[in-house]
Amino acid sequence: MQQSPWKRAVRGLLNNLKMSIPILLGVLLLIGLINTIVPKALFSRVFTGNRVLDPLIGAVFGSVAAGNPLTSYVIGGELLSNGISLVAVLAFIVSWVTVGTVQLPAESMMLGKTFALLRNGISLIMAVVIAVLTVLISGILG
Amino acid sequence: MKKSFQKSGANWIFLIAVAVLYLILGLWNPQIVFAALEEFLTLLKKMLPVLGVVFALLFLSGLVLNPKAVARYLGKGADIRAWPVAVIAGILSAGSIYLWYPLLGDLKSKGMRDALIAVFLYNRAVKIPLLPMMIYYFGIRIVVILTILMILFSVLNGLLVERLVSAQEGRKNTS
Repeated sequence: MQQSPWKRAVRGLLNNLKMSIPILLGVLLLIGLINTIVPKALFSRVFTGNRVLDPLIGAVFGSVAAGNPLTSYVIGGELLSNGISLVAVLAFIVSWVTVGTVQLPAESMMLGKTFALLRNGISLIMAVVIAVLTVLISGILG
Repeated sequence: MKKSFQKSGANWIFLIAVAVLYLILGLWNPQIVFAALEEFLTLLKKMLPVLGVVFALLFLSGLVLNPKAVARYLGKGADIRAWPVAVIAGILSAGSIYLWYPLLGDLKSKGMRDALIAVFLYNRAVKIPLLPMMIYYFGIRIVVILTILMILFSVLNGLLVERLVSAQEGRKNTS
């Protein structure tokens, strides 16, 4: 028997809630803890303050991270408030959602190894380019 | 995969592990835990209204979209219109990215262009239901510019992937 669209949507939403709420709460608890015990200086140790290097570090960090994009926005917001450059944070959140290191084996199996490696590699480079362009254009628009 | 992830309870295990970490730290230094919980509540309070909007939009996308409808417009023999369709389908598609791999793999075996698959996958990064949250953290101007750039670069991503994949496969065939 076919399920009504409403039931399907409700079920989808409930599944989404069931899956994402524990992760989101866990991440927020971890951020709360990190904000309390980790000195701000540590962020500047990971992110060097170098305009060229920081977006690359952000993109690499984002690409190996996995999970709901919401989490990347929360972490990104926190990184910004800790003085990390907007370009680095944007590279981080773009690569979080466009590069899937964790999903790479699944993508390779179903869409081809060459395709998966190239797509993720190009997306990683593009994360940095998009971050730089976003900040540049934003600056031009004043 | 999503189902097995849920069945394995990895999300709950993660939350419990964090709670245990709080417990251990609390035994050692309760003040740190109280400060961390205060910070957690502040973050949660900030997030809750936007999270309500996010889940309402997720419900709407679940109501109007299904994988079969997306497949119809991205199948073999798709013309120029397939590009905006791939972009829009990618943006509107819901659920974890790996849920879409089997469908895309099937379409690929039926002749779907690599470029369109890459465009679809790239645009999954543009999450309309999550835009309010993004705007909250980064401001509307940054979010608008970033979203437009991501959509434009998705096409470049698709073309590059397709060209490099076919070059790589051509090299394999000649060797």
